[in-house]
Amino acid sequence: RLSKVVSYYGLTTPPYKTDALEPYMSKRVVELHWGKHQQDYVDGLNKQLDTSPFYGHTLEDMVKEAYNNGNPLPEYNNAAQVWNHHFFWESMQPGGGGSPEAGVLQQIEKDFGSFANFREEFMLSALSLLGSGWVWLVLKRNERKLSVVNTRNAINPLAFGDIPIISLDLWEHAYYLDYKDDRRAYVSNFMDHLVSWHTVTLRMMRAEAFVNLGEPNIPVA
Amino acid sequence: VSSVYWIKQQPLPYPTDALEPYISKETVEQHWGVHQHKHVERLNGMIGGSEWEGMSIGQMMLASFNEGREPPQAPFFHAAQIWNHDFYWRSMKPGGGGKPPERLLKFVNRDFGSYDGMIKQFMDAALTQFGSGWVWLSYKGSKLPHVNSKSPIPSDNYGRLVISKSPNAINPLVWGHSPLLAIDVWEHAYYLDYENRRAEYVSAVLEKLVSWEMVESRLRKAVLRAIERDGHTSMKQRRKEIHVGDASTSGEARRRPRSQDQQVPSSVTVMPAGEAVPN
Repeated sequence: RLSKVVSYYGLTTPPYKTDALEPYMSKRVVELHWGKHQQDYVDGLNKQLDTSPFYGHTLEDMVKEAYNNGNPLPEYNNAAQVWNHHFFWESMQPGGGGSPEAGVLQQIEKDFGSFANFREEFMLSALSLLGSGWVWLVLKRNERKLSVVNTRNAINPLAFGDIPIISLDLWEHAYYLDYKDDRRAYVSNFMDHLVSWHTVTLRMMRAEAFVNLGEPNIPVA
Repeated sequence: VSSVYWIKQQPLPYPTDALEPYISKETVEQHWGVHQHKHVERLNGMIGGSEWEGMSIGQMMLASFNEGREPPQAPFFHAAQIWNHDFYWRSMKPGGGGKPPERLLKFVNRDFGSYDGMIKQFMDAALTQFGSGWVWLSYKGSKLPHVNSKSPIPSDNYGRLVISKSPNAINPLVWGHSPLLAIDVWEHAYYLDYENRRAEYVSAVLEKLVSWEMVESRLRKAVLRAIERDGHTSMKQRRKEIHVGDASTSGEARRRPRSQDQQVPSSVTVMPAGEAVPN
């Protein structure tokens, strides 16, 4: 008997309990944000993949391809939001925040002048975004440096060839129950208590496989 | 911090708890008292010494839209959001909802097939607006006043109700539509009361809060403005439509014989001005 094997996307689980980010991000917010919003994006994407030429692509490929040079295809919003949320949860950890160490800190100091400058730039970028979207720390491939960017709605910096390092969700559903209109307090608490420099270090190590951040090391003949 | 207040925040047309239980006092206090107020403060900080001095909110919104080129000039976002919110608050009333009054219902039936048809289209628009934004019922008048070129849209699609969604702060006036009803679908509008359940919020507004009388009065004014703007309409026809205005005999109805029940609102009497609408 013939049977057809199909495979779709599942909801990935944050690497901590839903109440682990209290009091900076409440259990209720995580439950809704992960359990409802992200689930809806997963369901929406799977429904589209039923009949989509993107069936079988990896999520990352889909996010790059469906962006379609700024004329996003119908799958783009769901695919990018699934990717963004997964990346967002893993950008945080209970007891996070503070300041990075060693290589990451040096790179930040090199590219922003100081950690305080980086923090300020991240904050300004988050506060200047109008409407829903994301603020990111990315590694720019061509410039070979870290940079802060914000993007509207679902847009993911992979589309521009950049390598995401940190994402912070600025859709109101990410903070309204906890902070209402005080986006500044939300971003501030993310920086001081939630961002996982541990994850950032791992992501930077991976990114350096694609971008040489040091001086070219050319062996002498 | 700007000490000069060029723009003052409009008061709410009802107490903050008047829309309970469909929109809570807490939401109104936050949405009107904090969120909208921030837009007023930010806009005030941009006006002094600029070309925007002395303009109304509506004028500022249209002038700073930059004719659709990205990005709009700085005041656009705040001016449009203030306009949109004032319009939203006045689109609702305690004890609203129900069926539209008869004359409005005729337009609804003509352009959407039925009241249910309109609601379905409105819900579809509300649920598919991705990211922050608004959903609108508008009257598409006879001309696009802010666009110099001729509209690509065939003329027999003018003079009808349309439903549209718009991202972030965009207001249908920039497309030459006259807004009649606005529902805010930014998450801040419903998250405290409905969390992620946007459909429940939009249904509650449509079924329990919309002031259809206000929508009808806005429609009358929109039709009048469209007639005034319409260079093709003769003085004679204009007089007929304004003063006679009986649906079955209006010039409007005869001009488009293909739709049997097309009409302008009968006996177009101008309602007392309830709100400022930019021209």
